[in-house]
Amino acid sequence: MLETKIAQPSNTRKAAETVVEASDLSLTFQTNDGPVHALSDVSLSIGKGEFVSFIGPSGCGKTTFLRVIADLEQPTSGAISVNGMTPSQARENRAYGYVFQAAALYPWRTIDRNVALPLEIMGIPRAEQKERVARTLELVNLTGFEKKFPWQLSGGMQQRASIARALAFDADLLLMDEPFGALDEIVRDHLNEQLLDLWARTNKTICFVTHSIPEAVYLSTKIVVMSPRPGRVTDVIESTLPAERPLDIRETPEFLAIAARVRDGLRAGHSYDD
Amino acid sequence: MRGGKAIPVLTILAGIVLAWYVGTYFMNAPFQRGLNDRRGATPTFSEFVGQTMSQPKPTLPAPHQVAVNFFENTFQRKVTSGQSLVYHSWVTLSSTLLGFLFGTVLGIVIAVGIVHVLALDRSLMPWIIASQTIPILALAPMIVVVLAAVGLTGLIPKALISTYLSFFPVAVGMVKGLRSPESSHLDLMHTYNASRSDVFWKLRLPASVPFLFASMKVAVAASLVGAIVGELPTGAVAGIGAKLLSGSYYSQTIEIFSALIAGSIVAVVLVTTVGLVGRMTERAMGARPA
Repeated sequence: MLETKIAQPSNTRKAAETVVEASDLSLTFQTNDGPVHALSDVSLSIGKGEFVSFIGPSGCGKTTFLRVIADLEQPTSGAISVNGMTPSQARENRAYGYVFQAAALYPWRTIDRNVALPLEIMGIPRAEQKERVARTLELVNLTGFEKKFPWQLSGGMQQRASIARALAFDADLLLMDEPFGALDEIVRDHLNEQLLDLWARTNKTICFVTHSIPEAVYLSTKIVVMSPRPGRVTDVIESTLPAERPLDIRETPEFLAIAARVRDGLRAGHSYDD
Repeated sequence: MRGGKAIPVLTILAGIVLAWYVGTYFMNAPFQRGLNDRRGATPTFSEFVGQTMSQPKPTLPAPHQVAVNFFENTFQRKVTSGQSLVYHSWVTLSSTLLGFLFGTVLGIVIAVGIVHVLALDRSLMPWIIASQTIPILALAPMIVVVLAAVGLTGLIPKALISTYLSFFPVAVGMVKGLRSPESSHLDLMHTYNASRSDVFWKLRLPASVPFLFASMKVAVAASLVGAIVGELPTGAVAGIGAKLLSGSYYSQTIEIFSALIAGSIVAVVLVTTVGLVGRMTERAMGARPA
């Protein structure tokens, strides 16, 4: 088995500031068909300002790991800290913004009021709400669509609105669960480019779940390859790509080499078996 | 009418009226035949058909008899008169509306309780369902008598009978509506560390609005039935129920039928109004126009 021999660069080259630190994290769901090991002994550390992609087939625990960070699931064993706190304290401190696979916009709210939702809940004064909504909508290129209802927007625009909502309260950590999974490839390319741009401008830490290899390689500074049954990490790849990434970087040999390593990692985890 | 429905609907209506006329002939013929025999009259067939359609107290009144009676009692009487259907409809409508208001509020309160309090979730629903299996006809006189004993008479007891029938669909619909948000919508609230009241006001309540109006449509019709039933055993002198009762005492079948029509019109107006308000509300809340 390859997986045990793989070096974990994050352990050797510790980032100055750690945002997420997981050690021996396990999570087992009890179902009627017996226990499901969604996560098994996952150890990982994510530094400030990193863009980390989690890639693997369904059932590998990548979404579960994100949900553990977000305090939406409770680990069965092991330890995890977010900004040096427990996930639950981090959540109470509104340490992160979460973007779901479906945009999850509230259909009865216009776009600006959807983006204002977290601000209302956090008790931010009206004037500041307005200013922040305008600023974040501009960040995702949705200025002019404030008064539209979600169904009046395309899928890509809805997802951008939901990213704006996650950015509106200025959390340093952005958790994204296959945000572009339901979109077509052209829209996806475009949003990937915009997301990188946004990341460069805001200097946030981003955890990004995907099952697209090109997407993971294109976006990330670090790629976490996972495999299912039990869900575990099989490889952690530090990207050697430059920070500046035009879309056609995806044809360079360097890019293809990283993509090949991701594929190897997936194969080692039997991700291509039936 | 939309989508070319007018012709099919009118065809059905014509069929019903025709069947009604045929029924009128057969229902009223035996009495008319006996009457003619005693008088020794020998009418032609067409005269005989005419006679079955113009009895003062027929077994089944003909449509035009009902129409004439309805027209006279609606448009040609003062609305304050005891004969006016407008007056009787108003009496029934006022207790329907009050009972509907109580019922809707009660239904919402019960649903909020069930969704937020585990003990109520576990205990309340079987009782609510059981409450609806008791025939309202058996219960109505008891409600009236008990309330009269504590000094409550008039509008309130009748309205409470309406409440009894109308809270049920609202409670059931609202429980479903308040639980309708998708898990990602609820997770989102969790990531914001939102309070239960935020989750209720900003998510559960707006999500339940379509369910609320759908169940209010059922509830308003049930309220009307409740109000009419409430008038039957109470010796009420006014209202559509009272009109039905006095009609049956004196075999005024034509009066009974026109009171029934008045009741149906009130029902149609109520259900349509609730539907319209519902559609306007949902439109204002960003629903995609159908």
